[in-house]
Amino acid sequence: MNRDLILLGHGSGGKLSHQLLDDLIIPTLSGIALAGQNDAAVLEHGGRRLAFTTDSYVVDPIFFPGGNIGCLAVNGTVNDLAMMGARPLFMSTGLIIEEGFSRTELAEILASMRSAADAAGISIVTGDTKVVPRGKADRIFINTSGIGAVEHDLAISGANARPGDAVIINGTIGDHGIAVMAKREGLDLQADILSDCAPLNGLVAGIIAAGGEAVHVLRDPTRGGVATTLKEIALQSDKTITLHEAALPLNGAVRGVCSILGLDPLYVANEGKLLAVVAPEAAEGVLARMKDHPLGRDAAIIGHVTEGGGRVQMETAVGGMRAVEMLAGEQLPRIC
Amino acid sequence: MKYQDEFRDRDIVQGLASRIRELVAGRREPMTFMEVCGTHTMSIYQYGLRTLLPPQVRLISGPGCPVCVTPNEYLDRAVALCRVPEVIVATFGDMVRVPGSTSSLLEERAKGADIRIVYSPLDAVALAAANPGKRVVFLGVGFETTAPAIGGSILAAKKQSLGNYFVLAAHKTMPQPMRVLSADPELKIDGYICPAHVSAITGPDAYRFLAEEFRIPCVITGFEPVDLMQGVEMLARQVVAGESRVETQYSRVVRPEGNRKAQAVIREVFTPCDAPWRGIGVIPGSGLRIVDAYAAFDAGKIIPVEVEETKEHAGCLCGEILKGKAAPADCPLFAGACTPESPVGACMVSSEGTCAAAYKYGQ
Repeated sequence: MNRDLILLGHGSGGKLSHQLLDDLIIPTLSGIALAGQNDAAVLEHGGRRLAFTTDSYVVDPIFFPGGNIGCLAVNGTVNDLAMMGARPLFMSTGLIIEEGFSRTELAEILASMRSAADAAGISIVTGDTKVVPRGKADRIFINTSGIGAVEHDLAISGANARPGDAVIINGTIGDHGIAVMAKREGLDLQADILSDCAPLNGLVAGIIAAGGEAVHVLRDPTRGGVATTLKEIALQSDKTITLHEAALPLNGAVRGVCSILGLDPLYVANEGKLLAVVAPEAAEGVLARMKDHPLGRDAAIIGHVTEGGGRVQMETAVGGMRAVEMLAGEQLPRIC
Repeated sequence: MKYQDEFRDRDIVQGLASRIRELVAGRREPMTFMEVCGTHTMSIYQYGLRTLLPPQVRLISGPGCPVCVTPNEYLDRAVALCRVPEVIVATFGDMVRVPGSTSSLLEERAKGADIRIVYSPLDAVALAAANPGKRVVFLGVGFETTAPAIGGSILAAKKQSLGNYFVLAAHKTMPQPMRVLSADPELKIDGYICPAHVSAITGPDAYRFLAEEFRIPCVITGFEPVDLMQGVEMLARQVVAGESRVETQYSRVVRPEGNRKAQAVIREVFTPCDAPWRGIGVIPGSGLRIVDAYAAFDAGKIIPVEVEETKEHAGCLCGEILKGKAAPADCPLFAGACTPESPVGACMVSSEGTCAAAYKYGQ
């Protein structure tokens, strides 16, 4: 294996991404306040705490059932701020557009960004536009950065899971990844599968109001899916997380597609989901509050935290036990 | 979901587990059942089925992953082909990560080769139709399961008079390696969990020689946890009764005569040949090559390439693992030098490989 090459798997959000960060990016850029293993950096300045995050969107196709690259770019940054318990305030956008791109499609993407920003209550205040020669980019890439206000003194972090905590998810897993894949590959599905792309800051505000200090970790399981995100939390917190497969909310059509293609929904990307790790005494209250929110109707307790270092395991739906690891490389459809 | 939930029912699986425990209670000698289908391997790991079985029942994995049994020489040829200007290599996803002697298709793609992951061989035919200036080579790997679809793609390309669609064929057929494993004095296999998709094409008679000549019970089993546990129970029942028959647990899909239409496509486009299996060696009559009448679609004949000298990866136990003689953890490279993100051997690459399953889901 030629170890000098950057492979697609290095951007998958899984193990290779972590290796690239740990081996090259973080050591080289040390001194800069990197978000590290959390979704956003929390910065203190003038007595105020601010969350700061950035992300780039290179999705193919750019229009997919349930959204497009524009709302994805806004919601992604809103959610990264929300996962630190921050109230999203301002954001920037950088557009990298391939020569020949349709002005009509650009207008549609921008309108979608605007309406997503309005829905999340964040203002797009600065930006940049570059056009590159045809073939030098794939239609359009969008970078967004965001700033949010942290208006509480809770220690919400991936390193904060504690024994006894409940792991809660706000709804069905894998919808975004399968919607995008089905569109990209032209899979002719009988059932519509829509991306779950949505801003989670409102839901997070409810979780914090209901749980307060009992809310230990918030994380949105985007690339790499629920499995990779939980493994990150287990490693950061040096605890064991046990998942209950039977409790995992899963849309029937997503399950069907995963079954046909040999994909594991635990590793499929989400864009409107969050995992909350909450102290046991507050779990039911937080769950009830989530279920009251439109983005939390299918919320469920899917696992719990115990002592023991960095492991994720799953009690399967039929009662067996198995380990859950991070996504390794890209998830690819099986051969037969 | 209909036809799925019933076969993932916890109570039924637990009930089967206790029946198996009762069946083998008091036995000192463990019984060893081998599955020879990668999808079975994944299901067994994914549902943690081993943790439900008593110690007297051992499940081991055989050469059931088509990617894993494909030797380095084929991968090196695919790499050489993707370096030919104007060639698009189309393949199922699993193949791109497998390391050949010095490179992989994934590496070649990162360097600029045109490699497309497709979901069906007909997608590759459509790719050829849409790119008349290019030559599209589909990597024809798999067992009886994929051979009809790939044969069908050649028939479709012929019907469309496409002169730029080719298949690099390395198909293999399943019963022959089972004969080799059954005759191996170092292995003691007490029963086969026979492959589901393969059997849907061939029908159950393909395994009759195993039951009759080698006295090994065979059960054709579906992929869901209830299927597999029931298959194990049926095998255990035969072993306890001292019988050896071919039984079909997966009767909702597998017909006694198999799939005659698919068999006809295989006969039309392919003919048996000797084939090299990674870790096992050349097995007479275990491969399928494209017949002369369709030689115009045979990438191996039409697009000559210089193939690098084949190198095997030192220390890799893939061969022993594919024969069921070693478990993934026995390999000194497992989870250290060899991981899914940096695989040394094919068993770690394919999503259906034994080592990949053991790494991902644990023992």
